[in-house]
Amino acid sequence: MSVKLALPKGWIQGHTASFLERAGFEYADYRQSSRSYRPESGAFPDLFTKVLHEKDIAIQVATGNYDLAICGFDWTRELLVRYHHEAIVKIRDLGYGHRNLYVASSRFSDIQSIEDIKAKHGPVRIVSEYPNLAAAFALKLRLPDFRIFPVWGATDAYPPEHADLAIVSASSEADLIRKDLVPIAKILSGNAWLIANRNSLQQKDMSRILASFYRTIPKTPETEAELKISEIDSENKFEFSPIEDNVILLALADGHQQAHTISFLQKAGVKLTGYESSSQTRRPAFGFNGVDVKVVRPQDMPQQVASGNFDLAITGKDWLADQLYQFPSSPVEELMNLGFGRVRIVAVVHNNLPVQSTADLRHRLESGLIPILRIASEYSNIADMYARENHLSPYKVIPSWGATEAFLPEDADVLIENTETGSTLVKNNLKIIETLFESTGCLIANSNSLADPLKKGRIDKLVHIFEKGLKEN
Amino acid sequence: MMKIPRCKGARDLLPEDMLRFRQIEEAFRTLCTLWGYQEIRTPTLEYLHLFTSAGTLTPEMLSRVYTFLDWDGWSGERVVLRPDGTIPTARFYVENMADSPLARLFYVENMFSFEGTGQKSRERWQCGAEMIGGMAPEGDAELIMLALEILNKIMLSPVSVKLSHVGVFKSLLKEMGLTDEEQARQLKEILSGDIRTINSIEGQPPGLRRFVNLIIDLQGESEGFMENLKSVLPVKFKAARACLEDLERIVNLLEGIGQHYQIDFASAKGFEYYTGMVYQFYSEGNVLGNGGRYDELIPLIGGKNIPACGFALFADRIDPVVNEGKGAPVNILLSSEIDRPERMKSLFEVAGLLRAEGYVVRIDLGDGSSAPFRWKISLNKKGKQIQFNLTDMATGTKEAGITRKRLLQLLKSGAK
Repeated sequence: MSVKLALPKGWIQGHTASFLERAGFEYADYRQSSRSYRPESGAFPDLFTKVLHEKDIAIQVATGNYDLAICGFDWTRELLVRYHHEAIVKIRDLGYGHRNLYVASSRFSDIQSIEDIKAKHGPVRIVSEYPNLAAAFALKLRLPDFRIFPVWGATDAYPPEHADLAIVSASSEADLIRKDLVPIAKILSGNAWLIANRNSLQQKDMSRILASFYRTIPKTPETEAELKISEIDSENKFEFSPIEDNVILLALADGHQQAHTISFLQKAGVKLTGYESSSQTRRPAFGFNGVDVKVVRPQDMPQQVASGNFDLAITGKDWLADQLYQFPSSPVEELMNLGFGRVRIVAVVHNNLPVQSTADLRHRLESGLIPILRIASEYSNIADMYARENHLSPYKVIPSWGATEAFLPEDADVLIENTETGSTLVKNNLKIIETLFESTGCLIANSNSLADPLKKGRIDKLVHIFEKGLKEN
Repeated sequence: MMKIPRCKGARDLLPEDMLRFRQIEEAFRTLCTLWGYQEIRTPTLEYLHLFTSAGTLTPEMLSRVYTFLDWDGWSGERVVLRPDGTIPTARFYVENMADSPLARLFYVENMFSFEGTGQKSRERWQCGAEMIGGMAPEGDAELIMLALEILNKIMLSPVSVKLSHVGVFKSLLKEMGLTDEEQARQLKEILSGDIRTINSIEGQPPGLRRFVNLIIDLQGESEGFMENLKSVLPVKFKAARACLEDLERIVNLLEGIGQHYQIDFASAKGFEYYTGMVYQFYSEGNVLGNGGRYDELIPLIGGKNIPACGFALFADRIDPVVNEGKGAPVNILLSSEIDRPERMKSLFEVAGLLRAEGYVVRIDLGDGSSAPFRWKISLNKKGKQIQFNLTDMATGTKEAGITRKRLLQLLKSGAK
C-alpha cells in the first residue's frame, strides 16, 4: 500500500525542501519556486506526494486523504481548536518555520492591552485568517460580544477603523510593528510539524518514511502545545485622525488583480501613489478629494463592503456572486462593470473521467459510479449552488485556499475554478465540462452608502471618472 | 439507491420512545399547570451573543454549541441552536414580560450540544420550569417540591435530591480576603466541579478552614447535620450562616414529607449563572434533572434586577412507568367485502362512528399483521343494509351478519 504525503506550498516550501533534502528524500522537483503538484521522491518511489496550499493540509490529513503531512503548527491548531478531531496525530516538531500568532491592534487604536479589550463597549471585531483560533481566543477571554471576520489575507489593513483586533501570524513582534500593529498578546507559537492520520498510523507500515524524518535532528523545538494568552507590554500608542464623515472608502485589490486595477485607474486619469506592487503600504494616497483607499484581498471585499467597512470596492464578479449565494440579503451590489480581468468560472474534471458535461456527472452519481461527489473550490458557495441547481446528490464541498488544480483526481472529483485561457487546466490534464458564468472586474457598493445623499454624490463623481476610463479602453 | 442514514449524533424516537416521552411531558405539563405555571416556547435559533454575554455559559459549553452564520449573517452575527433553556427563558421574560413582578413559566424544548463520538445524542429534550421574581428560599422550596411531585408520579424507582448552596461558597470566598476577580475565578472552578480548589487557598482564618474541610468531605442526610455545620461555623460569618439557614428550611420541608435527600456541597456543579441554592434530582445513580437559583442572570442580559430560580428535567434520562392496560385504547381492524364504489364510503363512515365511541380504528390496507388489535370487523351488504361480521381476537368468538346496534353492544360488553 503506497503512503501518501502532503507538502506545503508557499513561504514554508523552501525550508521544507531543504529539510527533506537533509532527510534524504531526494525530491527532484520540490524547491521554493518549483510548481509541480506531484513531486517524486528518488528515495521512496512508492511514496505519493502532493503539494497543497498550507491551509488545506490539516483537513486533508484529518479526512484520511493523506497519511502524513508537513504543516505549520498554526494551521493544525486552527482546525483542531474548532473540530476536536482525534484523526490527527502530531508526530514531530521539525524545528523550522517558526511562527507566532499574535493578537494585535493598530498603534492608532485605543485598545492597547487585554484589559482594554475586555473594557470595550459593543462587539469586539476581530479580523483573522484564523477564524477558529480567533473565536477560541474570544471565548477564552470571556468576551461578552464579539464578531469574527475571516479574511483571506491583508489582515494588517483592517485595524483600527475596520477591526478592533487582528490575529496575525508573524515571526516576531518587530514584524507587526513595521505594519503599524501593536502586539497585545501572543496566543500560539510553533514550528512546522510532521502530522499523521491516526488510522494510517495504526494500520499502515510507514516506518521507513517515518525513520527518515527522525534521521535529521531538528533545532530546539519551540512549539507551545495549547492556546495560551501571554500579554505583551507595548507602548506604541499614536494619535490617530479618524476618517472624516462622508469620506468614501474604496477598497482596492492586492495580488493578481492589482496590475489590471492599476492600468484601469491610469486610463481613468486617477492618481494613486503607493499602490504599485513593490510598495508595502495598505493605505495608498488617492488623488481624488473625499475618497480614501485601503488595499485588501479581493476575496474579502464583498463581505467588507456589505458590513459597511467600505463604501466601494474594485473586485471580481466571481467574489460578489460567492457572497450573494451565501447571504442573499447582503447589502452589496454591483455598481459598474469594469470589464478587465475577464475569466470564466468553470466546472472542471480530470481528463481520465469519462464525463463531458454536468449531466454526465449526474448520471455517474445516479448509477453509483461516484458514491459522493467531492467538489473542491475556492468559491465554496458557488460550488454549493452548482451542486444544488444541478441535483448532484450526494455531494460535499471541499473549501480550498488555492492550488485547487492539485486536488484532481485523487482528492476531488470536480473543481469550480476560474480560468483565463484554459492553458493551466490543459497543463494539469484537466477539462472543462461547463462554464457557469463570465467574471470581470467590477465596482461594488454598499447599498446603504448609495442611499445616503452626501455619499451618493461623491460616489457618482467617482463613477463618472471611471466611466471616462472605460471609454479610453 | 444508496441508503441514507440519519445524521451522526442524531436520534430517532421510535413509537415506544414517543409513548414514554409523551407520558413524561404530560405529567410535567399537567402538574406545572396545576401549580399555576404557564407554558412558553422559545425559538430554536438565538443569537450567540445571548450566551456569551456576561459569561452565562462556560467556554467549555460554548465550544460545543452549534453555531453558524444565518442566510443574513453577512455582518458576522452568529446564531446558535439553543444549547440551554434557562437563558432563553430569561431573555423571553425581559422581552415579553418585564413588567410582571412574578412569572411562573415552563417549557418542553430540545437543546443542542455537540458530542464528539456521535454515540450520545446531540439533541436532548428538557422539561424546564422557571420562577422569575418571588422570594428565596420559598421559591426554591416550591420548585423542588414541584419537581419531586412530577418525578414521583412518573418514576417507579425512588427519587432523591442532593442539595448544595453556591451562596455558601461565595460568602466564604469573600471572607478569605481574595480580590473580586480571584473570587469569581475560584467560584467558576467550584461550579465546574472542582470543589477542592477552595481548600488550597492560602491565608484562610483557621475557623474557616475547619468548616471548609467539613463541607467538602461530608454529606449529610439529616437535620442534625445542618445543626452540626452551623455549630462549627464561626459566628462572625453571618452571610454563610444565612445560606445554611435557607438550606435548613428546605431540609425541614423535605423531612416533613418523608422525602429522601442528601446535603452534598460538592454537588454544586453546573451553570455559571447559579448564585444560591442548587439541587440535583437523581434515581438509582442517574441524574434526572437539576436546578438552582440564578439571581444575577436577568440583569446580566439587560433586564431589571429581579431574582429567579428554576429546574430542568432531562426527558431522555427518565424512564417512566408506562401505563399499559388500564385506560389504553381498544384497537379495531376494519375491513369490507362491499364492492367499489361504495366500499370506501362505507368504511370511512363506520370507522368514524366507532372512533366517535372512543375506539382506535384502523382501516385494513393490508396491515392485518402489522400491529395487534382486539376486534376484527368486516362489512358486507344485505340488500341496502350494511351488516357486520365481528371477531373477538381475545377469545376467538365470531358473530356474523349482525346489525350496527348489536355490534356496539358486543364491543361494549366484550371490552369489560
